[in-house]
Amino acid sequence: MKKKATEIDAILDRYPGEPRYLISLLQDVQAEYNYIAPENMTLICDHVGVPLTQAWSVATFYKSFSLEPRGEHEIRVCCGTACHLKGSERLAQSLERDLGVERGHTTEDLRFSLDTVNCLGACALAPMVMIDDDYIGGATQRGIRKYLKKI
Amino acid sequence: MDRVNKAEDLRELRNRLIAAQDTSRPVVRVCLGPGCLAQGADKVAGAFKKAIKDRGLQADVKPLIKETGCHGFCKLGPLVNLDPSGLFYAQVKPEDVEEIVEQTLVKGQVVDRLLYTENGNQYQTASEIPFYAMQQKIATRNLGLIDPILLEDAIINGAYLAAAKALSYMKPEDVVKELELSGLRGRGGAGFPTGRKWRSAVDAAKKSPGMVYIVCNGDEGDPGAFMDRAIMEGDPHGVLEGMLIEAYAVGANQGFLYVRTEYPIAVKNLKRALDQARDLGMLGQNILGTGFDFDVQINRGAGAFVCGESTALFSSIEGKAGEPRAKYIRSVERGLWGRPTVLNNVETLSNVPVIIDEGGDWYAHIGPANSPGTKAFSLVGKVKNVGLVEVPMGVPLSRIVEDIGGGVPGKDHFKAVQTGGPSGGCIPYSLKDVAVDFDSLIKIGSMMGSGGMIVMDDTDCVVDVARYFLHFLEEESCGKCLPCRLGLKGMVEFLDRFSRGEGSEEELDELVSLGEAIKDGALCALGGSAPNPVLTTIRYFRDEYLAHIVDKKCPAGVCKSLITYSIDTDKCTGCGLCVRNCPQSCITGETKTPHTINGEACVRCGMCLESCKFGAINVA
Ligand SMILES: Cc1cc2nc3c(=O)[nH]c(=O)nc-3n(C[C@H](O)[C@H](O)[C@H](O)COP(=O)(O)O)c2cc1C
Ligand code: SF4
Ligand code: FES
Ligand code: FES
Repeated sequence: MKKKATEIDAILDRYPGEPRYLISLLQDVQAEYNYIAPENMTLICDHVGVPLTQAWSVATFYKSFSLEPRGEHEIRVCCGTACHLKGSERLAQSLERDLGVERGHTTEDLRFSLDTVNCLGACALAPMVMIDDDYIGGATQRGIRKYLKKI
Repeated sequence: MDRVNKAEDLRELRNRLIAAQDTSRPVVRVCLGPGCLAQGADKVAGAFKKAIKDRGLQADVKPLIKETGCHGFCKLGPLVNLDPSGLFYAQVKPEDVEEIVEQTLVKGQVVDRLLYTENGNQYQTASEIPFYAMQQKIATRNLGLIDPILLEDAIINGAYLAAAKALSYMKPEDVVKELELSGLRGRGGAGFPTGRKWRSAVDAAKKSPGMVYIVCNGDEGDPGAFMDRAIMEGDPHGVLEGMLIEAYAVGANQGFLYVRTEYPIAVKNLKRALDQARDLGMLGQNILGTGFDFDVQINRGAGAFVCGESTALFSSIEGKAGEPRAKYIRSVERGLWGRPTVLNNVETLSNVPVIIDEGGDWYAHIGPANSPGTKAFSLVGKVKNVGLVEVPMGVPLSRIVEDIGGGVPGKDHFKAVQTGGPSGGCIPYSLKDVAVDFDSLIKIGSMMGSGGMIVMDDTDCVVDVARYFLHFLEEESCGKCLPCRLGLKGMVEFLDRFSRGEGSEEELDELVSLGEAIKDGALCALGGSAPNPVLTTIRYFRDEYLAHIVDKKCPAGVCKSLITYSIDTDKCTGCGLCVRNCPQSCITGETKTPHTINGEACVRCGMCLESCKFGAINVA
């Protein structure tokens, strides 16, 4: 994590204690801490007045919430339609092989999280891979490997 | 900026801003849309700022730098447009900036090598380029033109004038009537007439007095589309203005903007625009002194495609899991918190101000009578001019793909075009002249959808594409109803088998029946339209399915189980690059003599193909 995490209380204070703010709070906590830790989940539930079981079902329904800590670097392979046509599946598979994790998961050393995403809006450069905030257009298996070695 | 307290104030403010503009001052517009950004446009913009600062340019040549949303021709990014000369520079790199400043800004000369050339013609301005010349921009009118973070820029270009006209000089009823007259149909996919939807909400509110809500759908679920993103990023005030007019028409005081979570720049630009609009007095209490109150809240989606569906989206805004519900009662009558709620798509709403400005009748005369107006598409895949285009409805498909899109690079023509994303269908080349409008596309088994347009050539396999979309939807199904949950799984199994060369012609027919059954039985349109890509590809490309099933061949060379990698001994120089890269270590051969691939161990990852510098790897 690059910056010091905002105190959880400060995040909770952003929203009134109503059930409708459950998702917004989960999003803010996810953004801040990279995942939703059980103790933070409990605090959120107390704040918005939603039973823990319901909050877990919401958190597992939506793909953007992670219940485990995420890696230091986020690798996102675009598997949007244009990128699919240009071989993004092969890229995703080779990353799975190289990192030893399936998509949606994080390497054991917490270095990398591998995900597939839909269109990044840069189809002109398909296939696209995003590593943290960098776009890599016309991505190749070799190019990505080289990039990962450098970071 | 001053607050506007009545319609007249807004017009005066605009006049003042226009008068204060120094028209002789050059403007440099750098496109920072997603496509250009990925090609380093931010560095180009940075280079301009630096170059201008370093040189200490004189006031008369010191340009105004505007960072705009997607200008359209993403393939040529990063794009730089200059005013007043109108010059259009393509594929600009940070290293080119110094020359642009020196030659064009200081000396007033053209940098020829940065101009766009096509078929031997060199173009100085964007409007002359065929890609742009054949378009008509309404929903995307301000993209590439205004800097989305500058409220002044939006106002100078007419933002909120239509809202002022509606709120101050029209009754809500007149606004609804204008929309009915325009014939505008929803751009989110289903094509429901917008005016009629607004009318139902008004009627529902009469029956049950109290809160009415409006929601703008910016969830953009189609995995291969970016029109709504481009609009939200590049013209946030246009979206807010559409919402304000809609709210006034249906009597809503609270609006929600549901934005896909993967669009952080859209969220940022919309949030800033909300604050600006509140400060300006175009959102909040007693807007323009009319007594009408309206405000907007932004909700970020959380990564579930099904949340684009109306009832699921409402659940999500209420803080729950986004599962659709049966629509015995329509959501315009009982939506958010059980109150009348109108849901409209981003592009739909960004048409609204123009309709109020120019009149419904004007709009109704663009395109065919049943599908009036223009439609934005993200034109992608195997097409030369990848980008964002907006054309009148009803133009032939070939106009978009071949004339605007420049056709398929290196090929005579396309093989198929997928419209409507995962809910749509695959249109074969033989139907290239089909009119692109809601009804004509449905007639041939596809649909308009939200505007993804994916061009495929003979190296794309239709079985694979159908499987791709179905896999996507199977994963995204919320699982609430049986036909979708189990049916899609069953369809995927069929397609997985076909792609491995298993199955029979009878099974192909079974797949069709299963697809038809799901269409009839699913609770929401996710399941209801999921079979479309499969059904259309079977309808138009049956032979290709049979090639897989009967001949055990993938003619396009895509389906992994049916292809083999081999080395062309004539071309192989024995350099050994592939040997080093093959993860399976299944390539052997002496240095400087042709190599061979051991087919048994090969996992068809394509590493050798990617690394070979001599084109010696064959895939068949
Ligand atoms: C599964 C599913 C996903 C959808 N996704 C979107 C979407 O991403 N964006 C959108 O505007 N409409 C989407 N729709 C359509 C909306 O439910 C709704 O019809 C539309 O937003 C209404 O606005 P319009 O009348 O302006 O088109 C989706 C529908 C379904 C069934
Ligand atoms: S059709 Fe699919 S997505 Fe829609 S309600 Fe049924 S299971 Fe859920
Ligand atoms: S599909 Fe990958 S960037 Fe659009
Ligand atoms: S992003 Fe620059 S033209 Fe599309």
